[in-house]
Amino acid sequence: MSLCLQARQLACERDDRWLFEGLDLDICSGEVVRIEGPNGSGKTSLLKILSGQLSDYQGELFWNGAAMKEAREHFLANLLYLGHAPGIKLGLSPLENLAWYQALSGENGNEEQRLDALERVGLAGFEDVPAGQLSAGQQRRVALARLTLTPRSLWVLDEPFTAIDRHGVAELERQLVAHAQAGGCVLVTTHHELTASPLLRRISLG
Amino acid sequence: MHSSVHSSSQGSDTTSQVLAVPLREHKGGLMIAVKATLVRDLTLLLRRRGEVLNPLVFFALVITLFPIAISPDPELLAVIAPGLLWVAALLAALLSLDSLFRSDYDDGSLEQLLLAPQPLAALSLAKVAVHWLLTGLPLALMAPILGIMLALPAGSYAVLALSLALGTASLSLIGAIGAALTVGLARGGVLLSLLVLPLYIPVLIFGAGAVQAAIFGDGVAAHLAILGALLAASLMLAPWAIAASLRISING
Amino acid sequence: MWAFIHKLGSPKWFYTISAKLQPWFWAAAVLLLVVGSLWGLAFAPADYQQGNSFRIIYVHVPAAFLAQSIFIAMAVSGLVFMVWKIKVADMAAAVMAPLGAAMTFVALFSGAVWGVPTWGTWWMWDARLTSMLILLFLYLGVIALRGAFTSRDSASRAASVLAMVGVINIPIIKYSVDWWYTLHQPASFTLTSRPTMPTEMWLPLVIMVLGFYSFFIALTLMRTRSEILRREANKRWVQDLVNGQVMNVEAEEAR
Repeated sequence: MSLCLQARQLACERDDRWLFEGLDLDICSGEVVRIEGPNGSGKTSLLKILSGQLSDYQGELFWNGAAMKEAREHFLANLLYLGHAPGIKLGLSPLENLAWYQALSGENGNEEQRLDALERVGLAGFEDVPAGQLSAGQQRRVALARLTLTPRSLWVLDEPFTAIDRHGVAELERQLVAHAQAGGCVLVTTHHELTASPLLRRISLG
Repeated sequence: MHSSVHSSSQGSDTTSQVLAVPLREHKGGLMIAVKATLVRDLTLLLRRRGEVLNPLVFFALVITLFPIAISPDPELLAVIAPGLLWVAALLAALLSLDSLFRSDYDDGSLEQLLLAPQPLAALSLAKVAVHWLLTGLPLALMAPILGIMLALPAGSYAVLALSLALGTASLSLIGAIGAALTVGLARGGVLLSLLVLPLYIPVLIFGAGAVQAAIFGDGVAAHLAILGALLAASLMLAPWAIAASLRISING
Repeated sequence: MWAFIHKLGSPKWFYTISAKLQPWFWAAAVLLLVVGSLWGLAFAPADYQQGNSFRIIYVHVPAAFLAQSIFIAMAVSGLVFMVWKIKVADMAAAVMAPLGAAMTFVALFSGAVWGVPTWGTWWMWDARLTSMLILLFLYLGVIALRGAFTSRDSASRAASVLAMVGVINIPIIKYSVDWWYTLHQPASFTLTSRPTMPTEMWLPLVIMVLGFYSFFIALTLMRTRSEILRREANKRWVQDLVNGQVMNVEAEEAR
């Protein structure tokens, strides 16, 4: 069993400017794919297209060989997307935030899983503090706790290293590689230089 | 213009690999997601009570302005009271609409809502339900008190509250379409009123009409039935429009 | 059928075919409007109750018809754009909105002018006029929403959704306003609901209505064409077209 997200002749036009054209991509199990390019080269747009948020593109997307239109539900059930903004409600505690994310995918989950996930991202002791009182890096970590809390095979991460300290960066990098080694697949944009790994592949835009 | 693509695969034989994270089938669990969204939004709003109270204070304030601007004469006020109460409640409900999706848009949880393996229409319906519970319903319950201050004739108080409760539900649904369309715009607030107010007119006509009918002693059943029908139609159609609008707004 | 729709969707094809259609609609519009106006204003008999002031229906009624039809046309274009991603449909919807708003304004203004001899006032909360006023607000909302987005693609989609929401609401608004009106001003004199109108009065009206429609179609074709050129300015065929024209002019000057 493997997974594969494919794009054929992908092109995105934003108000009369081609961000990219004729892009063929195969993102498969066991890879960390890093999208590179200068600011404004369409990295975020590409991630949004590949994660099924932007419908405004030309070309075809395939999920495990099936056209994205038909496979969308299955695709979303296996996708974990972390955007620019962490998606954390400042008025809720980390535990409450995670509980909502778990429920969104249709599971009730339990408190232990959530506590465990928070502990892994180094937030033990902050479980019930309103997220508004946490630092930017800690808020980002709450979002990253979803990587272990709601296991998905395809990770699409837009600048996940933002506001994370050096130790956390190394930890997250290990996590990405481990996910790929386990047969998962990671699609990431970052300004941070990733350590070379046989699983790492680069795609340059612009 | 043209983007070049260099990909350098260092090769990894994964075709026969077994996934540690198995592919999931879509399992449903819609009710869990809807319930969690309800709880989440309710918790958030109840922790910021100001936002819940503001429309109510606004409602009371606007109602206070009219006797001052027109006349304190109870007979005159009694004539215009149904319309005043309805218009003021409608504006108060409109006031809080802009924030319906705004904070979710700003902090990125709207993207997550869109990517949840659940129908977006159902999840946005949950958000609208919370908006009504904490705006429309309190306004409806408060209206009779303000009715006393406007010398609203006896016998129409229950109808006032009931018509507002029914009507504001439609207003929340219709208004949410406008809120979803303008959530990506920096200054969407005024535009939102421009988009939504014309669509509010049928609800206003039958809502205020119900109260007037109660005062004149005519049957109110027809008015309330039409308000119910408008609500049913909004319930059926608005969630799809809200979902489509949110998808547009997320594109920026 | 499918191929036809997509052919229709190509801006270039639309540009070519509309060039052929446009003169016919202009001709029809001019002919119908001239005949209709002359007949309606000079030859149709005066109304026994309102005298000559009734003749304003020859402007008011066609404008009111068109105001509603354009909104429907705009919503249908929006639907076509959303479902089949046909850009020409959106361009047409974009140029229709101001036209529709203008027609609504004409209908409102002529209604107000008519109000002076009939009611003795410029404005009455007459059911038709009230619905027209709300329609004007709906148009202004669509125009404002389209203008508010920085990304044109999002603007197009948002305007399409709003037009579709509006078109579902128009009959509901119309019905409720009529209901409201009969409740508050029962059995009052309405502008145009005359059950019996002699043939020599309504025939010019029909001609005027047809003339207004032709005028609208011609104007929409014309403005859609310029919208196509504006949006496709960096496309090859538009540049060829412009260069070709420049070359023609140069060739003529050389001669």
